[in-house]
Amino acid sequence: MQANIHVYPKDSINTDEIIPARYLNSDQESELAKHALEDLDPNFIKKVGAGDFIIAGHDFGSGSSREHAIWALRGAGIQGVIAKSFARIFYRNAINNGFYAIECPGLDQKLKTGIKIDLNLDQGFFTAGKKKYSFTPIPDFVKDIMQKGGLLKTIQ
Amino acid sequence: MPKTLTEKILKGQAGELVQRSIDLIMCHDVTTPPAIKMLKKIKVKKVWDPDKIIVCPDHFVPNKDIQSAQLAKELHDWVQEQGIKHYYQLGCHGVCHAILPEQGHIKPGMIVVGADSHTCTYGALGCFSTGIGSTDAAYVLATGKLWFKVPPTLRFNLTGKLPKGTTAKDIILYIIKQIGVDGAQYKAMEFGGEVIDQLTQEEKMTICNMAVEAGAKNGIIENTQWQSDPDSKYEQVFDYDLSQLEPMVAYPHLPSNGKTITQAVEDKIRINQVFIGSCTNGRYGDLKQAAELFKNQKVKTRTIVIPATTDIYKKCLQNGLLEIFLEAGCVVSTPTCGPCLGGHMGILAKGEKCVSTSNRNFVGRMGHPESQVYLASPLVAAASAIKGTISDPRKQMV
Repeated sequence: MQANIHVYPKDSINTDEIIPARYLNSDQESELAKHALEDLDPNFIKKVGAGDFIIAGHDFGSGSSREHAIWALRGAGIQGVIAKSFARIFYRNAINNGFYAIECPGLDQKLKTGIKIDLNLDQGFFTAGKKKYSFTPIPDFVKDIMQKGGLLKTIQ
Repeated sequence: MPKTLTEKILKGQAGELVQRSIDLIMCHDVTTPPAIKMLKKIKVKKVWDPDKIIVCPDHFVPNKDIQSAQLAKELHDWVQEQGIKHYYQLGCHGVCHAILPEQGHIKPGMIVVGADSHTCTYGALGCFSTGIGSTDAAYVLATGKLWFKVPPTLRFNLTGKLPKGTTAKDIILYIIKQIGVDGAQYKAMEFGGEVIDQLTQEEKMTICNMAVEAGAKNGIIENTQWQSDPDSKYEQVFDYDLSQLEPMVAYPHLPSNGKTITQAVEDKIRINQVFIGSCTNGRYGDLKQAAELFKNQKVKTRTIVIPATTDIYKKCLQNGLLEIFLEAGCVVSTPTCGPCLGGHMGILAKGEKCVSTSNRNFVGRMGHPESQVYLASPLVAAASAIKGTISDPRKQMV
């Protein structure tokens, strides 16, 4: 799978930055998407396209449990986030929504916004140019939830 | 095999994946309406057990605009339809994490989840308690169960004698400064030692409340019935002697950015607003500490005081605290999460600085992305309100 990336290298990009609470009076994905990451990058929504990935540092998605953070990113077209590490509630919310949250401690400064990566989810790596970045393959029980289309689909 | 208290309650060893029955779920006005829509979508008509669901509209109450009023109405209609009786609507309302323990819903040994990250607060009463998102909440509402990865435990032994003017808030800001905002990522933080033993239940809640600000899954404190086994395996043990602890101030924009009050006073930080309240520090003991400093004083900064629950508000009225706040020039609001998350009732303008007793000082947390939040105890907040700059409460205490 090929994807465009948008690099925000700082650590602890929190859910208040991903979707500020002033917009939580809506739970509609299209509405939330208009304001995705706006306090970090006011032009974010203009730059991203369907299927793109975000590259970030450690502790992505820290703070509030608001699942609106996933919905805002997904509504903006983002397919997943590749980060050095994730905050736990965001990570759970991602799995539950079938949204890719890929933990890759070896991310480096060679990754720049605008380049394309080639993702191999089953084998747990992606390539950018000639460089290969390995990540922990997604655990089976998570894969099961994601393949069914999210946690609630496992109830029926 | 010996178990930590968290392992004991979750009935598993660290690292194990388990599915467990949930004893209680907390629902509020921001994260629950989406869960209700999900339940409708998958055609779940009845929740698993209406008596195990506590509903506390608190983030945007009283409704701040038309859209939040719509969400509140969705929640209200669902509560009626499902026959949920533990419903703390306007009039008996309050900040969820203050209401649940106050109204006796939390018991040691329980497994509690809440669709709010500060659900870790209840661990102060010896239960396992953690924050979840809306999809997890919908799953629990439908099935009464949820999967967990049993977390390894970090043990914090807090010893010495807490100096005058320092509080539970200073302890947790100090710990987060030491280990960082992801220092306890995916882990349990278990707090103990002589300092913890001498704290009130409310003060213990202030500490567990902010476990999530170090990335923890839960915060927990033992009690006489529920304890970690003597030889239980901690992933790491931290020993802190707090005899020299000073009041702490977490500078923008991370809770781990703590400095001593001595440093903060040297920095001469002029402030535009003080907020005393929230699930971290909006309980009666917090407000009483602030009131003691406000007595016969006038504030130099706009100051918003928000008792966390209706019962706390009444107690403030009965004991003369409201009069002290008003005479000092503070405003007192009905219970709400409001300003803590930049919802309403005290939004900051561009460039404004606020001392807040809440738990997060992220970019834009309380308003404009270029505003700044300094986290501190109710004592530091009150002392700073009186002086108009970040100030040392120890100099004002009699």
